[in-house]
Amino acid sequence: MNDIGAWTMIDRKAEVWAQLQTVTDPELDEPVTELDFVTRADVDADNRVHIAFRLPTYWCAANFSFLMADDMRMAVSALPWVKEVEVVLGEHMYADKINAGLAQGLSFQETFGVEADGDLDDLRRTFLVKAFQRRQAALLAHLTEAGSAPRALVALELKELTDMRLEEAGARLRTRYLERRTVIAPEIPDALAFLDADGDPLQAETLAAYVRTLRRVDVNAEFNSALCRGLLHARFDMETPFTPRRAGQDSAPPDSPV
Amino acid sequence: MYRTASGEEIFVIDGHTHFWDGSPANQKNIHGKQFIECFYAYHSNLSPPSEKWPLAKFEKYDAKTMYDDLFIHGYDDMAILQPTYLGDFYKNGFNTTERNSAMKKSHPDRFILNSAFDPRDGNKGLEELHAKCEKHHVKGVKLYTAEWRGESKGYKLTDKDSYKFLEAAQKYGIKNIHIHKGPTIIPLNKDAFDVGDVDDVATSFQDLNFIVEHCGLPRLDDFCWIATQETNVYGGLAVALPFIHTRPGYFGHVISELLFWLGPDKLLFGSDYGIWTPKWLIDKFMAFEIPASETKETGSVLTLENKKKILGLNAARIYGIDIEAQKKKIKAAGGYAHLAEAVHAPQ
Repeated sequence: MNDIGAWTMIDRKAEVWAQLQTVTDPELDEPVTELDFVTRADVDADNRVHIAFRLPTYWCAANFSFLMADDMRMAVSALPWVKEVEVVLGEHMYADKINAGLAQGLSFQETFGVEADGDLDDLRRTFLVKAFQRRQAALLAHLTEAGSAPRALVALELKELTDMRLEEAGARLRTRYLERRTVIAPEIPDALAFLDADGDPLQAETLAAYVRTLRRVDVNAEFNSALCRGLLHARFDMETPFTPRRAGQDSAPPDSPV
Repeated sequence: MYRTASGEEIFVIDGHTHFWDGSPANQKNIHGKQFIECFYAYHSNLSPPSEKWPLAKFEKYDAKTMYDDLFIHGYDDMAILQPTYLGDFYKNGFNTTERNSAMKKSHPDRFILNSAFDPRDGNKGLEELHAKCEKHHVKGVKLYTAEWRGESKGYKLTDKDSYKFLEAAQKYGIKNIHIHKGPTIIPLNKDAFDVGDVDDVATSFQDLNFIVEHCGLPRLDDFCWIATQETNVYGGLAVALPFIHTRPGYFGHVISELLFWLGPDKLLFGSDYGIWTPKWLIDKFMAFEIPASETKETGSVLTLENKKKILGLNAARIYGIDIEAQKKKIKAAGGYAHLAEAVHAPQ
């Protein structure tokens, strides 16, 4: 391969990683790349992408495993030059079954048969709504702390939120929230910025209690995150060389040896 | 027995213990190997380094090790043996009522022997449950609704067959239904964290207690909601409690929410032995105070009175244990002989 070809390949690989970055673990609402789930993302000479991933336990729920694989396939397929995406799950109780289903382009239901009740789209939506709630609670708590009054927050329009001058941390929370607000309501500039999961406006009088309730969703995610990261570290030698996730950044060593 | 610095005695009932055999010799297949290794990952990940065991010890410990860890080095006065069968993974099962009954037989005043059932076992299962209840006089069962079995990917407590088993269990003298609703250990596609089915059966079976093991974690929000609606729903703290070491802030939040929604009379201590040992868990729990930021929101406080309820009084109430009488029995059998020299308060 000549130099130009090699550079293209590096760019394409980076594009693949960038797409994978948008795929989250539904329970944790964190990118699968940040969680160290993805162990391989290669592009071959025919523009086929080969992705390999692993999970914190051999027993991780089959439906979530399938869902993440499916999301990775969709995200990477969105790149115009991609010919084909192969996603392979390793070291899992149902790895063979899931991998066969993925390779044949089957749905979760088709892969697991009649016992796979409820389709993945419902599950995906359930967790997108949870992510919406979690991100909204974080942003509302941040804005309240920064001095915004409940009355102003519940009346805030989407474009006003977008234009609001925020420090780096606040801006990040806003970006994350807006990414998931689309799960609940379309992006209409003069629509209310903050809606509940049913798309209804919030009330100034009950805003504090509302945020408090949402915080329990956050606790769930924190529990999962702490447990999953720990179990992954306990299960795998995290020194295993990874493909660098971002240009110029090597995969970080584990916080503590296990 | 835990003694506070001022000499007050706290009676401890460990609501969740196992006497398992996960050794390679008992493993039937790769699943058996992966199962015990997953437990070991929980153990390694959440235990303080000084409390970490080698894998071989973790795979299979003997009866004396368990007795000492619970009652001599640990502060347990009594412990509930909760079975986990896993006949598909282990030749002789992982942690069966039969295996546990040997422990109970050697130390009758120390252990409460629980059994299990699976509504998918049909009439044969009902007969076996009857026989076990007759033989061991069990007062509680442990259920795994998310267990995959052949083509079945789990069951719900609201299934018709579950009702049949619950009715039978009640008739055979069972009072307490422990349900595993927590981090999944068996692959599933049904949402095993879903505690919704507990809500329905708790309403239908008012004379039974439903102890949701692991408090439905990670779905603490759903669990708190149903537990608030039902007077006979309890939370078992196994798996939640070890976070007291690695993530004390997180544990503070969880216990604060649980106290707010369920109250101190509805929570049961459990070490999940051998995943964790009661000594360090209770040392840390007794020293623990809910952070002010949490208390400000929920008003929850872990008073000494609340700690006593969680550590033993609540379990004694639902299992019909007369604490004073039990203490006398244990003492008469020499069970407290080690206490004189032991250090009972955290340093």
